[in-house]
Amino acid sequence: MTSYRKDFPILDQQVNGAPLVYLDNAATSQKPRVVIDALSDYYHNYNANVHRAVHALSDQATFAFEQARDRVREFVHATSRNEIIFTRGTTESINLVANCYTGLLQPDDEILISHMEHHSNIVPWQMLAARTKAVLKACDVNSQGDIDLESFANLLSDKTRIVAISHVSNALGTVNPLQQVIEQAHDAGAVVLVDGAQAVPHFDVDVAALDCDFYAFSGHKMYGPTGIGVLYGKEKLLEMLPPWQGGGEMIETVSIDNSTYNTLPYKFEAGTPNIAGAIGLGAAIDYLSGLPRNEIEAMEDDLLRLTVSQLKQIDGVRLIGDPAKRISVVSFLVDGSHPHDVGTLLDQQGIAVRTGHHCAMPLMAQLGIPGTVRASFSLYNSTEDVDRLIAGVRKAVSFI
Amino acid sequence: MNLEDIKETFGFFDSWEDKYRFVIDLGKELPNLDEAHKIPANLVRGCQSQVWLVASYDSQQQQIELVIDSDAHIVRGLISIVLAAYNKQSPDYIAHYDIEALFDELALIQHLSLTRGNGLRAMVARIQQLATSIDELT
Ligand SMILES: Cc1ncc(COP(=O)(O)O)c(C=O)c1O
Repeated sequence: MTSYRKDFPILDQQVNGAPLVYLDNAATSQKPRVVIDALSDYYHNYNANVHRAVHALSDQATFAFEQARDRVREFVHATSRNEIIFTRGTTESINLVANCYTGLLQPDDEILISHMEHHSNIVPWQMLAARTKAVLKACDVNSQGDIDLESFANLLSDKTRIVAISHVSNALGTVNPLQQVIEQAHDAGAVVLVDGAQAVPHFDVDVAALDCDFYAFSGHKMYGPTGIGVLYGKEKLLEMLPPWQGGGEMIETVSIDNSTYNTLPYKFEAGTPNIAGAIGLGAAIDYLSGLPRNEIEAMEDDLLRLTVSQLKQIDGVRLIGDPAKRISVVSFLVDGSHPHDVGTLLDQQGIAVRTGHHCAMPLMAQLGIPGTVRASFSLYNSTEDVDRLIAGVRKAVSFI
Repeated sequence: MNLEDIKETFGFFDSWEDKYRFVIDLGKELPNLDEAHKIPANLVRGCQSQVWLVASYDSQQQQIELVIDSDAHIVRGLISIVLAAYNKQSPDYIAHYDIEALFDELALIQHLSLTRGNGLRAMVARIQQLATSIDELT
């Protein structure tokens, strides 16, 4: 099997005296050399502000920045480059949409999310509801960690204006049945925003086939830099929405009393954008596109299955969730201990996992647990990493 | 276990395994805080695990009495060490005690990072703040 580990310079190090095993990929992935080089190349050789100047460097920067947008368009199979808005990340993408709907919702309109959502797909809607007197509702998640589709259907009505749902749960790895959710939501007359932060790193996402209205994701979880993310939106909807932030780049003309706004996608990109970030994201997409993604998906699935079956054999380990379809994430608890204890003891062995509520407190409340230990896989992980994790957990259990 | 015993025991250990086993054992011996006191007002902010701290001032002895608890074993062990340093000491002693030097001596910093959400620093800051505002304690 091909190993991609060598493409990621950071992985070649010792942590607490052992070779690093990085299993915190759902929080952020590491960056391949090509992405680091793209950032460095930009700052070394053609750093300039985009879009406005007449000089050569600015031209080159603008070209690279806009080329990155084209890469993103292809990557998610959007129809037009006007549908690709660069943001700071998933969180900002969702906030953008939630803010733009402020003037479009009436009191008693409803926003429907799930109990599985990351806080960044909850709080912006709470704030929107508070501004507009709309009502925020959340469908249940069952003990397996799947969305309760009956609860979803019950809460969906002709009052529902927006459905916001994750593609993949960051806490449990659940892959949600989006096709069905989106169809039902559309039938009810709602628009659908998908939080794709945990999906794009792992499988090919086709926004056109999904027919979602908005799709949000972050660069840093898919081998790109931090501080850059994407909001995909259907062109018709983006045309209809008012701008959110005001400033340079997003205008056509400005007088003291009035401004006219720039066309898409610039209408939603006020101020100097994260040029290096976008170029780095483009490089990450190039990297991913050059790899056999189906093979990698299968390999990540093997690692997940191996981990689940091995964890099940350890006395005192309780797996959290057993969703119908899951990728790349396994959450568990060790009886009689706090996730933090296990995380600390794994760290001592050079194994990086995440512990806590994973920014999904309503999900933890619904599952009746304070948090979990979460291991999440990526294309550079291997069965050796799984072996180290399992040995590490066994050791942690023996301490507790 | 008093502070001298803790220091001496730590002195025997080279490996992280021994240190952690000891810290976890200290945690297991730590008396629990009454459930009734595990309320949001007593939570120390800045800890990944939950840490509750209840303090009172004994004006006769001029001592601050601390009860601290957590839901994580390792943090409970750290609490035992913090209590060995601070509990039943005078406000003045607490305000001037060099806890960083203690952590250095135990080589705790290497192994038990202050920034890793174990909230050791938040706990210490809270105790030091209490020492300078005993009027708020009863
Ligand atoms: C499912 C999900 N949604 C949203 C986010 C927020 O992403 P970001 O912090 O990059 O904006 C995350 C990241 O943790 C996530 O996993």
